[in-house]
Amino acid sequence: MTRELKAIYVIWLRDVLRFFREKPRIIGMIGQPLLYLLIMGNGLSATLRLHGAPPGFSYLEFMYPGIIGMSVLFTSVYSAISIVWDREFGFLKEVLVAPVPRWAVAVGKAVGGSTISMLQATILLMIGPFLGIKLTAVTVLSLWCVLFIIAFSLTSLGIIIASRMESMEGFQMIMNFLVMPLFFLSGAMFPLRGVQPWMESLMRIDPLTYGVDAIRNIFFAQSPYREIMVQFSLATDLLVISGMALVFIFLAAYSFSHAK
Amino acid sequence: MTNIIEVRELVKEFSGVKAVNGISFEVSRGEIFGFLGPNGAGKSTTMKILATLLKPTSGYAVLNGLDIRANPQGVRQSIGMVFQETTLDEKLTARENLMFHGLLYNIPGKALRERMTKVLGMVELTERQDSLVRTFSGGMKRRLEIARGLIHYPKVLFLDEPTVGLDPQTRSHIWEYIHELRKQEGLTIFLTTHYMDEAENCDRIAIIDHGQIVALDTPAGLKAQVGGDLIRMVVKDKHRIKELLQKEFSLSAREFAEELQLETGKGEEFIPVLISKLPGQIQAISLHKPTLDDVFLKLTGREIREEVVNSKWLAKGRRWRK
Repeated sequence: MTRELKAIYVIWLRDVLRFFREKPRIIGMIGQPLLYLLIMGNGLSATLRLHGAPPGFSYLEFMYPGIIGMSVLFTSVYSAISIVWDREFGFLKEVLVAPVPRWAVAVGKAVGGSTISMLQATILLMIGPFLGIKLTAVTVLSLWCVLFIIAFSLTSLGIIIASRMESMEGFQMIMNFLVMPLFFLSGAMFPLRGVQPWMESLMRIDPLTYGVDAIRNIFFAQSPYREIMVQFSLATDLLVISGMALVFIFLAAYSFSHAK
Repeated sequence: MTNIIEVRELVKEFSGVKAVNGISFEVSRGEIFGFLGPNGAGKSTTMKILATLLKPTSGYAVLNGLDIRANPQGVRQSIGMVFQETTLDEKLTARENLMFHGLLYNIPGKALRERMTKVLGMVELTERQDSLVRTFSGGMKRRLEIARGLIHYPKVLFLDEPTVGLDPQTRSHIWEYIHELRKQEGLTIFLTTHYMDEAENCDRIAIIDHGQIVALDTPAGLKAQVGGDLIRMVVKDKHRIKELLQKEFSLSAREFAEELQLETGKGEEFIPVLISKLPGQIQAISLHKPTLDDVFLKLTGREIREEVVNSKWLAKGRRWRK
């Protein structure tokens, strides 16, 4: 087992090291969600009112957990693109010819991508108080756990796709067709309630819906508005995202092991 | 057990096409063994099968006593691999590349640090160990890759076209390392090349073409197959001269494109005789002591094709770009 653990550690360490050496990625990681939050959040809250929300409730408060979910989604899934890069630049061969099982490499990649997502989420959490969102230590800790599960499953999803992709362009295409719908249907931007029934069923099968809902469940645990914020119980959310994490990491390990 | 690699009737098909078509050979411990052949002959495919990166369609191979199908993990631990294209992480430093490799091969920390210092010294990269690989020249990268391939003390070092794209000075430098390694570590080296002069460095060479081994011997043994010296000439009337050569010297010349070729004993003495017999007929003449090129030509009926075509195309390309 030590050999496998070492392999996971190496793959993780490499991804994290490389991340910190690329300044544009760090700037993008912080900048993108901030843009969404400040521009879209403020713009939307000026014109929209949440269905059934009492007066004085800020739409921004509703969006904030959604934006964290969005950041984790994008960062996690896109971090798997490094597999496509590594294939193109040859490093993947070095890993494949090493005496380590392929599944360990896939797990290492999943942990690496999740770590970077978690860094981003942490920065966003630190911004929260400045937007008038109250966070307690318990909230932050529970959020971390939930966010890690979400990040892990989404990075695995990215790995499943990247294992089959030969080119950057192909990966980008698939990602756009997959990631954007996942995001829009997740309830990150607008709630599930009050939409057309066909859309509601789509939103119900989007696993990310439960991720975003779990984040809100934790955020608004003590809030009087909890009822209008969340759709499911925290237990349901946790069950779905944990299931998603397990299924996706197994599929990721399988796809990566059988990649050409 | 003296054979470190044994290959029997190896076949690899890619959608019906046999890239490797029934190859068998052995490599003994401590040998420098070369696969020589044009691009697409099946050299790299065979090497990838031995390195467990590809599964053979049929046949079997044993490396260091381990079956490549039954125990791929064990085989991978026993080999070092240097691929044709660089497989370094260019955004990491030389040292980090070595360290990651060491961890993947499960080398304990203290031993790893010692070996890193040793291999970096051997390939003369100690001073650049903390530079990003991105800043390295082609030769430096190749040296670092060889160092990395050795750090886990493999039994066999695979080198796929180890000196392609390198300048002649670096090429001969890398060959010095290879010979040194064999002497010091008793390492077995298995390489592929399509450079004839490079193949001369091997103890034994397998000439491979269309997925099959067409000859396997020492460089000297292979050259002995060609027979004597080779005279190549461009003449005005190939057919007439060919008949004349047959009649006068009972030598059968072969036609190759523009030229006539014939094998004789002492070429340097025969050329003056030829010229005086055929005044005004010979436009160009040259003498070749047998080389591996000739062996290849004789065995397959052509030159190592890509070399010829590529260099012409490259020359053209360069001119166009300027």
